[in-house]
Amino acid sequence: MFINFFFNLKAQGVPVSIHEWMALHEALVLNLNDVSLTKFYYMARAILVKNEVLYDRYDIAFLDTFKDVETTDELLEQILEGLKKVKELHLTEEEKRQVEKLNLDEVLRNFEEQLRQGHYKNHVGGNKAIGTGGRSTQGAWGYNPAGIRIGQGVSRHKSAVQIAEKREFKNYSNQIILDTRQMRVALSHLRSLLPIGPEEHLDVEQTVDATSKNAGELELIWKKKEKKAAKLILLMDAGGSMTPYARLVERLFSAASSQISKLKYFYFHNCIYQDLWKDIERSESISTVDFLKNTDKDYKLIIVGDAEMAPSELTWANGAIDYWYHNDIPGIVWLQRLRETFKYSLWLNPIPQRSWDYIQTTRMIKNIFPMFELTLEGLDEAIKHLISGKVLQKAV
Amino acid sequence: MNYFTGTDEYVLSQELKDNVNVAIALGRPLLVKGEPGTGKTLLAHSIARGLGKRLLVWNIKSTTKAQEGLYVYDTVQRLNDARFGGKDVSNIKQYIKLGKLGESFASEEQVVLLIDEIDKADIEFPNDLLHELDIMNFYIPETGETIAAQHRPIVIITSNSEKELPDPFLRRCVFHYIAFPDEELMERIVRVHFPDIEKKLLRECLKKFYWIRQFDMLRKKPSTSELVDWIQALKIGGVSIKKIEDEIPFIGTLLKKKEDIDVVANSGKTHYAYNSSIRTRDVY
Repeated sequence: MFINFFFNLKAQGVPVSIHEWMALHEALVLNLNDVSLTKFYYMARAILVKNEVLYDRYDIAFLDTFKDVETTDELLEQILEGLKKVKELHLTEEEKRQVEKLNLDEVLRNFEEQLRQGHYKNHVGGNKAIGTGGRSTQGAWGYNPAGIRIGQGVSRHKSAVQIAEKREFKNYSNQIILDTRQMRVALSHLRSLLPIGPEEHLDVEQTVDATSKNAGELELIWKKKEKKAAKLILLMDAGGSMTPYARLVERLFSAASSQISKLKYFYFHNCIYQDLWKDIERSESISTVDFLKNTDKDYKLIIVGDAEMAPSELTWANGAIDYWYHNDIPGIVWLQRLRETFKYSLWLNPIPQRSWDYIQTTRMIKNIFPMFELTLEGLDEAIKHLISGKVLQKAV
Repeated sequence: MNYFTGTDEYVLSQELKDNVNVAIALGRPLLVKGEPGTGKTLLAHSIARGLGKRLLVWNIKSTTKAQEGLYVYDTVQRLNDARFGGKDVSNIKQYIKLGKLGESFASEEQVVLLIDEIDKADIEFPNDLLHELDIMNFYIPETGETIAAQHRPIVIITSNSEKELPDPFLRRCVFHYIAFPDEELMERIVRVHFPDIEKKLLRECLKKFYWIRQFDMLRKKPSTSELVDWIQALKIGGVSIKKIEDEIPFIGTLLKKKEDIDVVANSGKTHYAYNSSIRTRDVY
């Protein structure tokens, strides 16, 4: 049943609304797909699916629904296959005269009948059915001037089911880490309208007030224009265990620096203590206490790290991994202070989520900060979390 | 009945052509998305030319408000006239200027309206337009007028997907994603720009172009317009095909960032160079 297509789409997680489903019917009534399943495939996709990320799921749903539907496109392909297998037919002059007597209308009628009866399959020789090398009116490489040629041209368009089967848009599916552009897109969601920049916007109400007070002498009041901006702090782990992910973090950083106008960034080694480093080599630092005191609380905080360390590094005084570094306050306390200072904060972890529960320190940090995977999907969720303060349920 | 069949100077796929006609027949806006440089904006120009209709372009900026598309009430001018000019300011009508959407409604004949880069505006912007795009009229409280569309404009909306668009808005659109053209389609596109280009030169350029594009580490992949620029540069520079085979002359027209040029330069010269990129998490 056709309605199954709707439920298959829903089951694949494509958000189709009744509104769109009705629009599809409207289009079908107008026969905009020209009775072709291939055109229907593209038309339905244009009307029902509004994000290329979902194209792959659409393909799966389409396959589920229409995989057994045979179209004339497919018949042609099959006939072509069968035809390739036989040699050319040679006829005598007498036989040629016989076949020339048939007229085209009759041939067409016969052809449709044959199709309906399913006689086309790999038929070789014979005088009646569609096949190859025979004298019937259908088929190729045979002889009949009134015959219909089928399948001698190369079919330019693949059938809809074949297109869906190819699943070309698999790579657009959102679990794969893609280029910086996509990261930039995700980060740009953070921007919201903030009043910054020069005062260039006329404040009509204030102007009217001021002008009235000024006894009708025109007094223009300007206000700051609202501009897209975001305030973000990025704290990045530069420890040895992060080396495999260095390129990934670098991409995130480059995306952030191009998208976020007010970006602060610092580095740390495995865990955060009383100093935050300004560079990756850790030669220059600022005090974490000063940082907490002097930074606006409406900054959003993102910590990037694998959260994998010895438990002592997190919970002991003097637990830092570097022997020359002494910390009076355990790292976990610093993490809690950060969490309490910044209302909107989270942790991005490049290690796949499935292994988080096996690492003790990751479990502990997960209890302090909401933790997200450093993939495109994870980043998207993380940003949504920062904007709304809500964690969206992850579809598994 | 409007039926769009394409124009000579704009190469497009059959699917896109069909979707344009679906959108026109259903009277819904067509939302076109795709990588930068895949010809989203040019589509509207081509439709307008193909159907012989006037094109109105509404370029969206990050500060654009939905209201501006309907009409703008020029209060500053009115204040100024009230204070200094001898003009009669009681007629508010003269200070109401219709925006692009308003203009398309008020037009005597059907027009093509291009709303370009809708994702640049604030997240609420598309939602603010829902009502107007649905019922095709709006009310101006200052003058008590209602502007209603005499002919439903053909609305083409482009998006670079810098921002997700709200669901209620998406529900009302017909959506088309322009995939990056494959080599065959690209050959046709280039031929539109350079009808007399040598076949061998074109092949070699495309080979290099797609080779560069397959680097995942690029910060900005070259697009169609960059390819066209590059070929233009090659033609003006009179570079021999042999030279293009050996190196990539004028690489600056294709890649705009120093890091990207380094990535390509360090990759070796063959087409089978090791592509050292972290693409999927399966690598870990």
